[in-house]
Amino acid sequence: MSWIFNPLRQLGRDLRTQKMRTFLTTLGIVWGTVAVSLLMAFGQAMHHQMLKNTAGLGNAIVIAFPSLTSMPFEGLGKGRRIRVNEEDMELVRQRAREVGAISSEYADSLQLKLGTRTMAVDVSGVSPEFGEMRNMIPQMGGRFLNALDEKNKRRVAFVGDELAETLFGSGDPIGQVFRLHGSPFTVVGILQAKEQDSSYSGRDKDKLIIPGSTFRALTGQKYLDLFILASNVQRTKEATAEVRGILAGKHRFDPDDEEALGIWDTTEMFQFMDSFMFAFNLFLGIVGSLTLVVGGIGVSNIMNVVVEERTPEVGIKMALGAKSRGILGQFLAETLIITAVGGALGLLITVGICAVWPTGTEEYIGVPRVSAPVAALTASLLGLIGLVAGFFPARAAANLDPVVAMKMN
Amino acid sequence: MTAKNPSQPNGAVIHMDGIRKVYDTGKVKVEALRGVDLEVQDGEFVAIIGPSGSGKSTLMNLIGCLDTPTGGTYRLSGELVAGLRKEQLAAIRNRRVGFVFQNFNLLPQITSYENVEMPLLFGGISRRKRRQRVEELLDRVGLGERMHHKPTELSGGQMQRVAVARALAMNPDILLADEPTGNLDSSSGGDIMELFQELWEGGRTMLVITHDAALARRAPRQVEIRDGLVVRDNTNGSTDLMSDSIVDRPID
Repeated sequence: MSWIFNPLRQLGRDLRTQKMRTFLTTLGIVWGTVAVSLLMAFGQAMHHQMLKNTAGLGNAIVIAFPSLTSMPFEGLGKGRRIRVNEEDMELVRQRAREVGAISSEYADSLQLKLGTRTMAVDVSGVSPEFGEMRNMIPQMGGRFLNALDEKNKRRVAFVGDELAETLFGSGDPIGQVFRLHGSPFTVVGILQAKEQDSSYSGRDKDKLIIPGSTFRALTGQKYLDLFILASNVQRTKEATAEVRGILAGKHRFDPDDEEALGIWDTTEMFQFMDSFMFAFNLFLGIVGSLTLVVGGIGVSNIMNVVVEERTPEVGIKMALGAKSRGILGQFLAETLIITAVGGALGLLITVGICAVWPTGTEEYIGVPRVSAPVAALTASLLGLIGLVAGFFPARAAANLDPVVAMKMN
Repeated sequence: MTAKNPSQPNGAVIHMDGIRKVYDTGKVKVEALRGVDLEVQDGEFVAIIGPSGSGKSTLMNLIGCLDTPTGGTYRLSGELVAGLRKEQLAAIRNRRVGFVFQNFNLLPQITSYENVEMPLLFGGISRRKRRQRVEELLDRVGLGERMHHKPTELSGGQMQRVAVARALAMNPDILLADEPTGNLDSSSGGDIMELFQELWEGGRTMLVITHDAALARRAPRQVEIRDGLVVRDNTNGSTDLMSDSIVDRPID
């Protein structure tokens, strides 16, 4: 027990006699801890936020735009427009093995009438799979489009959250009816607000989503504007190649013609973001750690001074039968206590800063907070630094020759 | 480890044979002890005398296992000290010997109580027993009232009595004192000598280094060291050297 309490008492004594120096040393550790934990907290928040923003577009999807051929193929010239319809989609659904889900998207700006108001809105006609693939989560009380809507060409609509507010204000929009391109539509769901930092034809919050079959019937459009597909995240390249191959066979274009079917692989963005954020966080962590290491050097310095000042005391204790191990433990414990107190204060300050961090920056840097991994990482770093900082002075004390040490009085 | 030397008579606590101690300061080698033979029986009171620099303190440090000899053999109660590890030497200092120094060597920041408690802490004695022992010892040296005073609040004589209480904490069988009265006025020095006398009568082996002829005369045996060698070992206990109290000591 004395093992635990003696260093505490000793430390109290040192604190009294060495107020300024101990204070400054602890401050070094506090500052280092704040630097490490705050940088990591912000780094993590940013990473989280970027992932969230990217996921606004969809969960690791590939977006494909049928376009113009750029290579001559089997006697056909280049510059031919490739037009893809639902039949082609069906073909892909049947043949492509790498593809998990696929949804076509027809897009146009159509006239919407509600009461006396008339406005043009961006309308997308999509397959029921679109909802999950693109993270279109309905608010409470509503739903996304389903297979029956598609099959029966129902005139139902899923409305972007901001568009819904423009149209219906604060009232409950579910079940409301408006006219689109002259036909009445019923609102079945409202998009739950989400962060979306990338898009291909406007943000989802401003869009009106209706079944693809309904869209085709309403507008007479036969060919889709684009389609999205989902596959195993690790195999998007293979899935894309497979789809391009199937369409190339059907539409007679070179399967190597990358322009005939434009591809936006959002998983590349995820992968890039992951490695970028890892490097970024590593950088922040190293910067913070260096600050902490400087603090640790300060602690080591003060412990060297403390050992020097207490050399006669160490000698006396040894003469009375204190073991080297005990002396080592005493100084090590003292260092660890200083480090622990400084570290705890530092973490508290970081938690405080995160707590009072003003709102309004979430969209860019997320919500910084001291998560369990951040705290654990900081604590283990502190422990390591405390051990290293304390070990050498403590060993110097433990190796003192009692006869010589006592004479330092 | 504790093989007894059969050639030793029973009760030899300290047995030194050809002890040498060389301090190597890098450039010069100082030979502080040049082959000391010394045997001290259990319960003896030995005064070690000699001029400054003669090697007295070195000898005491070796006897107390604060230091290890460069050559020769030293047996403590038959146990060969040369083969012991650092931690074992620490245990000997804790349990077997008590040190009293000329400059007291009390820790100035803590109270008398805490100073006396230290060896008990190192010896792993329980809190309750420590308290009992510390109070008993401080009462014994007449400082029961000054238990919670710091050394700076005590007189020299009082400080030395605290130091004696501390030396006795683990109830060692050997008490080593290096000029215990050197920093004291004659009255305080007398108190300390009285205390030593009582302790010896209680059966402890006492080794006292001193310049003080009066104190040296109290011991029935005087060993004189000069230039690292024992030059005189007066074991006859001639009465003219001893005070009455020693002559009157009951035989135990």
